[in-house]
Amino acid sequence: MADYKFHLLVCGGTGCHASNSDVLAENLKAELAEHKLSEEVQVVSTGCFGFCEKGPIVKVVPDNTFYTQVAPDDARDIVEEHVIKGRKVERLLYVDPNKKEQIGDSKHMDFYKKQLRIALRNCGFINPENIDEAIARDSYAAMAKVLSEMTPKDVIQVIKESGLRGRGGGGFPTGLKWEIAANNEADQKYVVCNADEGDPGAFMDRSILEGDPHTVLEAMAICGYSMGADKGVIYIRAEYPLAIHRLKVALKQAREYGLLGTNIMDTGFNHDIELRYGAGAFVCGEETALIRSMEGKRGEPTSKPPFPAQEGFNKKPTNVNNVETFANIPPIILKGSDWFSSIGSEKSKGTKVFALAGKINNVGLIEVPMGTTLREVIYEIGGGIKDGKKFKAVQTGGPSGGCLTEKHLDTPIDFDNLLAVGSMMGSGGMIVMDEDDCMVSVAKFFLEFTVEESCGKCAPCRIGNKRLHELLVKITEGKATKKDIRNMRNLCHVIKDTSLCGLGQTSPNPVLSTLENFYDEYMEHVENHNCPAGQCKALMRYYVLPDKCIGCGACARACPVGAISGERKKEHVIDQHLCIKCGACLEKCKFDSIIVK
Amino acid sequence: MTKIKTLADLKKMRSSLKGEIELRQQSENPDSVVQVKVGMGTCGIVSGAKETITFFSEALRKRDIPAVVTQTGCMGYCHSEPTVEVTLQGKEPILFGNVDPAKADEIIEKYIKKGQLVDGVIPITFKTIED
Ligand SMILES: Cc1cc2nc3c(=O)[nH]c(=O)nc-3n(C[C@H](O)[C@H](O)[C@H](O)COP(=O)(O)O)c2cc1C
Repeated sequence: MADYKFHLLVCGGTGCHASNSDVLAENLKAELAEHKLSEEVQVVSTGCFGFCEKGPIVKVVPDNTFYTQVAPDDARDIVEEHVIKGRKVERLLYVDPNKKEQIGDSKHMDFYKKQLRIALRNCGFINPENIDEAIARDSYAAMAKVLSEMTPKDVIQVIKESGLRGRGGGGFPTGLKWEIAANNEADQKYVVCNADEGDPGAFMDRSILEGDPHTVLEAMAICGYSMGADKGVIYIRAEYPLAIHRLKVALKQAREYGLLGTNIMDTGFNHDIELRYGAGAFVCGEETALIRSMEGKRGEPTSKPPFPAQEGFNKKPTNVNNVETFANIPPIILKGSDWFSSIGSEKSKGTKVFALAGKINNVGLIEVPMGTTLREVIYEIGGGIKDGKKFKAVQTGGPSGGCLTEKHLDTPIDFDNLLAVGSMMGSGGMIVMDEDDCMVSVAKFFLEFTVEESCGKCAPCRIGNKRLHELLVKITEGKATKKDIRNMRNLCHVIKDTSLCGLGQTSPNPVLSTLENFYDEYMEHVENHNCPAGQCKALMRYYVLPDKCIGCGACARACPVGAISGERKKEHVIDQHLCIKCGACLEKCKFDSIIVK
Repeated sequence: MTKIKTLADLKKMRSSLKGEIELRQQSENPDSVVQVKVGMGTCGIVSGAKETITFFSEALRKRDIPAVVTQTGCMGYCHSEPTVEVTLQGKEPILFGNVDPAKADEIIEKYIKKGQLVDGVIPITFKTIED
């Protein structure tokens, strides 16, 4: 075994990969070879570090130096300066956006200080395509323990006592779900991993699969053992090619080691796992639709009961869990339920992974104990709002969740608290909005998504959401009345109460929560035909300030519809009926004499 | 490909593979292991810092002492190169000057293992931004 003095960990997650981190890794290897250092320095392509805002990331071990936005050409400096001369390459160090100072290593970054990584423990640490590194980090040790020392009932008991709840959105107690599946007798049962991950902006599950695929395989086998299922299926969207590739590599390696397949570790236990690809429809993440889709049918939900645990894939008892739920299983088995249940809040144990997005400094993937407040996540880990703007709202739970405001910032995040304030945990999307965001438009954005993704099977969701979207469009165009707002609220409740599946039952949440928390903003659109955030195009007016206009005519020449007129060297005017609000005049004016209101 | 047949197999395999990621594992919690920093500025390298760092990382591993050996830039004591800073768990860093492999051996045996000071300590006169 080579005795490496340095490990250069290069992020190989989808984000960094898209910014050429694979070329970077190759360049690092080439530089090292040129300096005859290949025996002393190891280059490792890892999964996601979570700090996607500033990718590609290179972390140098053992000194934990954290380089950000590293280009393939920077390989030379890292090798010649850092590795050979022992000097950090300062221009690549992370600069704290608030303190404006360079941070030398990851241990001193606010982004990582409050995080606790259980599900993501191996992401950014091991090479996901090397099973040996996974085993060195205890992969399959939990499965070995389960197979050699525990009965299926013991396993279920431990998971029940840990308090683990499903991370796919519903928050259903995982141990209980396994128990139900175990109690249903059948000649064939299935374990299904839900890797559909359809929320806009969410990439928690993708990162786990890309960074630590063995954890999910191991957990599925453990689940199979507890409920008596020798077949597992991972339903993953075809839009995740890197995750699929890493899963395939992991499956092959695990089978070669005899950790999947027949007679695993000579215990007589059989378990093998196959992949099924989804076409990327949001509704296929709903477990009954997912099962239909796996059977080659249309991805439409069915009414429950029967629950999948009674009659699922191929009409056999099936246990469906989310990727992140599975990623928590091996540590629980190894460290015990007491350890796990000591983390988190009263009713939500453990940690949760969130995909931070929107107007926040540190966009990326984080994992925090349940019960961490929104404020800690947004301001401490997330580094606060971009460009010093003012915080306005945070949307959790994706298209099924709600928008929370300033007054909710000190709410400890867990399943029940978020529900109580009108949002939900969902799968962990978290989109931060600032003063420039129009809340009506935000609600409209999510409704557009729902209308697009509704499968159309039930009328409330198919027609109701469409009408709801039309009402929102009407508001953003300044054409709505107070009565429309009342109707909209009613419609929301009807859709929620009568839809077949979780999609329709939650799709009005973005509307209801913005109505609740930003009623004045809705009324401003309705009564004064004004969008306070200046986002609703139809409500914008472009004006020329007479005393500033020198009559150069640049705006008139730029206007594509000839809405601007005026004599040379005299003030110009914009015809509001012709103006299409494209903003071309604003861009061309050198004298700041055009304003938008 | 050898199959893993028992829990013992897996454990054996795991411990033989641990070395592959040991460096990463230890740097997760640098404060819980011995930290050795070797000054590798031009002055340090000319005075033999390369041999010193190699000696430290190999000797600490062979003697089963969990440690993180890193290099750092010139520490400003060019007259006493190679210089080495050693931080034991929960203690202030101590800086040693003129550390050749023989001195390094003494530092490991006396200071790191037993906490006894050896000759050649340089009083530290500054703090770094990372403290
Ligand atoms: C419209 C809709 C979309 C869903 N999408 C996902 C998804 O992408 N991933 C997921 O794990 N669960 C999703 N769910 C939840 C699943 O139905 C199911 O509850 C979950 O996979 C169970 O796993 P868990 O108990 O581990 O959370 C979705 C539910 C609904 C109603």
